[in-house]
Amino acid sequence: MTAMTASRQSDLSATSVLPETLLEIRSVSLSFNGVTAIQDLSFSVARHEICALIGPNGAGKSSLLNVINGVYLPDSGEIVFDGRHFRRIDPIEAAQLGIGRTFQNNALFPKMSVIDNVLAGLARKARTSLLEEAFRLPAARREQYRQRAEAEEVVEFLELQPFRDLLVGRLSYGVQKRVELARALVSKPKLLLLDEPMAGMNAEEKQELSEFIATVNHDLGTTVVLIEHDIGVVMSLSQHVVVLDYGRRIADGSPAEVRSNPDVITAYIGTVRQ
Amino acid sequence: MEYFIETLIGGLLAGTMYSLVAIGFVLIYKASGVFNFAQGSLLLFSSLTFVTLLEQGVPFAIALVITAAVIVVVSVLVERFLLRPLANRQPMSLFMLTLGLSYIVEGAAQGLLGSQVHSLDLGIADVPLFIDNVLISQFDLFAAATALVLVGVLALFFNKTNIGISLRAVADDTGAALSIGINVHRIWQIVWSVAGMVGLVAGLIWGARQGVQFSLSLVVLKALPVLIIGGFTSIPGALVGGLIVGAGEALADAYIGPLVGGSVDSWFAYLLALAFLMVRPTGLFGERSFSRV
Repeated sequence: MTAMTASRQSDLSATSVLPETLLEIRSVSLSFNGVTAIQDLSFSVARHEICALIGPNGAGKSSLLNVINGVYLPDSGEIVFDGRHFRRIDPIEAAQLGIGRTFQNNALFPKMSVIDNVLAGLARKARTSLLEEAFRLPAARREQYRQRAEAEEVVEFLELQPFRDLLVGRLSYGVQKRVELARALVSKPKLLLLDEPMAGMNAEEKQELSEFIATVNHDLGTTVVLIEHDIGVVMSLSQHVVVLDYGRRIADGSPAEVRSNPDVITAYIGTVRQ
Repeated sequence: MEYFIETLIGGLLAGTMYSLVAIGFVLIYKASGVFNFAQGSLLLFSSLTFVTLLEQGVPFAIALVITAAVIVVVSVLVERFLLRPLANRQPMSLFMLTLGLSYIVEGAAQGLLGSQVHSLDLGIADVPLFIDNVLISQFDLFAAATALVLVGVLALFFNKTNIGISLRAVADDTGAALSIGINVHRIWQIVWSVAGMVGLVAGLIWGARQGVQFSLSLVVLKALPVLIIGGFTSIPGALVGGLIVGAGEALADAYIGPLVGGSVDSWFAYLLALAFLMVRPTGLFGERSFSRV
């Protein structure tokens, strides 16, 4: 853990030993009925880093997250996650391998309480069998106590206690985003995919959530890949930025490198500023 | 007055049997959004299986275990080969699917197990009890107690176990449940199995009363008004809906029946359901949907 933190804190390009790669995208292409969403895309994400995916709308960012956790099947290419190679994976398998995810349009359970939503994030980790559960045998009970405790811990960590027993559908958008983060976190994923976690938030809420994400990354060592449009947030939060445009990678490097990359300025920041 | 109370209690107790049938529908509707028209024929099939086993000399408990296993196998097959390929289709397609399934199961049940009427003795004497001069059917009491226990067990299962939480998650938003790694296929198999078991219990109780036979599959038609009154998505709703239908039928039969020449119970439940549809279309306990504008 200490070695990892050290490599995270030092400048990546300065270390002679490259940091261990957790996720590698290898020549992935994806199209929908002939419309190209991702074109021959490759990059890698180091263990314990926060990697931001940026790019104009329709650049293929969400599609890429959907490929990584198995919602979409790419036309070609492969994904290497934690030493495992795959082109096709289903979301259940992805979750079991330790890929957690939040969505651009929250995919919560609106008619369930906050704590139950978080507990649902643990469902796939259940080790006891249906029969043990049905008859509430000791093993099932023990597991349940442990899971409750884990869920309570995450709820406390993300300061969701005031909303613990409220139905998620009644909460504000910002709080819902935090519930979704809690649900993804509770299963202790190795990789956390966040699709526009701060969309629709005000500056203060963004600041707050940025701090939560940084803490998760720092304290739990969770690798984070996030899509975000707020350049300020991206530059301050991430150690690694990948810029996509029309499904292709146009830049890849530290925030400072990306900021000074002329292609990025024309393709992305340029269009924003015109 | 005693006659009124007697009729009311008899109706309420009979109503719990409607509830039992309706609960099977609610379970499947909640978890997969399908109105399972085949619930009645599955109920017939499992009851026939059980009775046939008994008649072959298989002990009661073992027959129950074997029938339960058959229900699980059928549920897994239905999920794997019928529901899964049609997942995400319109509710109407899925409804048509269950309609077809009901004919297949009904035909198979009678083809394999015969169409004669089987009598079933659950060992509960249908002898009336006198409590405070009010006549109560012992068998109805037993059926009501069974329904209540079943509702209690299901409520515990849904609210206190991990599988229950996954079940509610799937019911709430299937896509979201899939995306966080909940195995929706397994949940559907579990729900269909549980609904099948509830159907078996309902089938055995009804069967003990009127014989296990083809007409058993028609009790589902009585479940429909119960669901409309109680709401399609609520287990307590199914219980209360059953009580209302049962009591309403019994009272109408006793007080309106003589005026119109009897057989009120064949239509009264539907009239009641119609009235509820006009006043409260989502049922007493159904979820109302709101949309923000």
